[in-house]
Amino acid sequence: MQYANIASKDFQDKVLADEGLTFSEKILSLKRSDEPGKVAIANEIIVAKVDLTMAHDGTAPLAIKVLDELGIKKVWDNSKVILHIDHTYPSSSEQIANFHSIMRKFAKAQGCHIQEGNICHQYMLENYVVPGMLIIGADSHTNTQGCLGAFATGMGSTEIAAIWASGKIWLRVPESIKVVFKGNLPKGVYAKDLILFTIGKISCEGANYKTMEFTGSVVKEFSIDSRATLCNMSTEAGAKAGIVEMDDVTKEYLMSLGREPMLEVHAGKEATYDKVLEEDVEQMEPYIALPHSVDNVKPVREVEGIPIDQAFLGSCTNARLEDLMIAAKILKGRKVKEGVRLIVTPASKSVYKSALKNEIASILMEAGASITSPTCGACVGTHCGVLGSGEVCISSSNRNFIGRMGSTDSKVYLASPATVVASAIKGVITDPRDYLR
Amino acid sequence: MIFLIGRAWKFSDNIDTDVIIPYKYKARSIDPKELAEHCMEGIDPNFSKKVKKGDFIVAGRNFGCGSSREQAPVAIKACGISAVIAESFARIFYRNAINIGLPVIICKDFPKETNEGDLIEVDLKEGFVKNLSNGKIMKINKQPAFLERMLEVGGLIEYYKKFRKFPWE
Repeated sequence: MQYANIASKDFQDKVLADEGLTFSEKILSLKRSDEPGKVAIANEIIVAKVDLTMAHDGTAPLAIKVLDELGIKKVWDNSKVILHIDHTYPSSSEQIANFHSIMRKFAKAQGCHIQEGNICHQYMLENYVVPGMLIIGADSHTNTQGCLGAFATGMGSTEIAAIWASGKIWLRVPESIKVVFKGNLPKGVYAKDLILFTIGKISCEGANYKTMEFTGSVVKEFSIDSRATLCNMSTEAGAKAGIVEMDDVTKEYLMSLGREPMLEVHAGKEATYDKVLEEDVEQMEPYIALPHSVDNVKPVREVEGIPIDQAFLGSCTNARLEDLMIAAKILKGRKVKEGVRLIVTPASKSVYKSALKNEIASILMEAGASITSPTCGACVGTHCGVLGSGEVCISSSNRNFIGRMGSTDSKVYLASPATVVASAIKGVITDPRDYLR
Repeated sequence: MIFLIGRAWKFSDNIDTDVIIPYKYKARSIDPKELAEHCMEGIDPNFSKKVKKGDFIVAGRNFGCGSSREQAPVAIKACGISAVIAESFARIFYRNAINIGLPVIICKDFPKETNEGDLIEVDLKEGFVKNLSNGKIMKINKQPAFLERMLEVGGLIEYYKKFRKFPWE
């Protein structure tokens, strides 16, 4: 893929070295096409050149229809249009199968890449995202991809079609919130707990229209899998983007996949932040979001004992190899409670293959889990774990709105993979630390 | 499109896209009429039947939070709702609504002063909302000019068809 840097080398060097700019201001200064060479400051509206776009079976069919209505025959750059069939894969109905066919035909005619059977954001991390990119996806959790030092945000189908036509989009340069996690992470506490705690504190609109920059010693030690969880959930605080800057962990991850960064962007030391949240993680414990809002957060120990029907370990939030390993560690030699179903949906084929190779999959199945092929299925309530009336689910996913996973009369509790499987063992909401001693 | 009049349907804070249109319906159809039938189902299964053409949704903070699904504003518009007036909007919903030609009006104090069923008048050109049932009149937050131009012609597709360029170009 050809990376198109618009900015001159001199301007690029100047912006990257500017200590007064946030990550978002720097990257968007270098991507702007309305006034190239002018620094983009928070709240300014700019037009930017996009490095990568994506859409999935929930959003691409509409984008394809819009492109047709605009009378545009060819996308601006077919190497930058990635299509994913993941939200209901394999299809669960004839109507959905027909939408999938529309996508395959479009991809073939345009010569753009289409993949099936991997959750889009995980597939993008494994195959496309590099630091310094501006990525626009027709999915709200596109923020996930910021975990590799890129600026990644979600939009709707019509705007994606406009980008496919022109390669450009308008953006308001976001203000930024710096979230610093420091201290020693206690046993049984994971990235999901940190971000649930944060959303509980700032609310589901606490980062509206803003970028959340995650940093601090804890984040620096986090794997890409854990960083992806933080950035993914920034969406649930209303954030436009979630960012972890590139460092040695990022470099190692990219190297293992044979990719190189586009730009190494670091926030300036004197940059202006809307808010700085400094959290000492040593005081933290496993957290859970109660129905029906992601910011309805409590410590797990305060709600222990609530009976569950289903435990779901899946979604773009928490279904990577690290998550499955944590689950296997707790489930090894134990059984899922009778009457409770544990559904495991790995985030990608690559994650699934590794789980098979490492015997993680067999440990999960010995414990009684059902493993599905990668899909967004249960999280969006389309298939592979839809909830019936009155059912209760504990889920490692990102949303617990009314009717999200099925019946409007069902209840969803959000927690870390460890809390999800610990609860599956006891059949009631359970603090995972009981199993980690 | 510039001058609107209708009754208010009141909603609370943080109305999310799963409530506006559940994924199971948007997964199988992009037909606005079919989507409209299920609009707001999670809160009121009969909402789409009760709405009269030209009515408004009047809501609290962070309206439209959640997914990027454009089918959310499409379903609202196809119900017959002429505009959503809220204290604030979630960012993707806000963009999507303008792109599909559904006016989204930010007016911080208006929702608190409005009851369900009140008769509302909106003047997009002069930039005010008026509650005809209690006489309260308030100014609307101004939008960037290119977004106003896009709304005037009915959304992004119509704008492009008319001018052969995008509003921000």
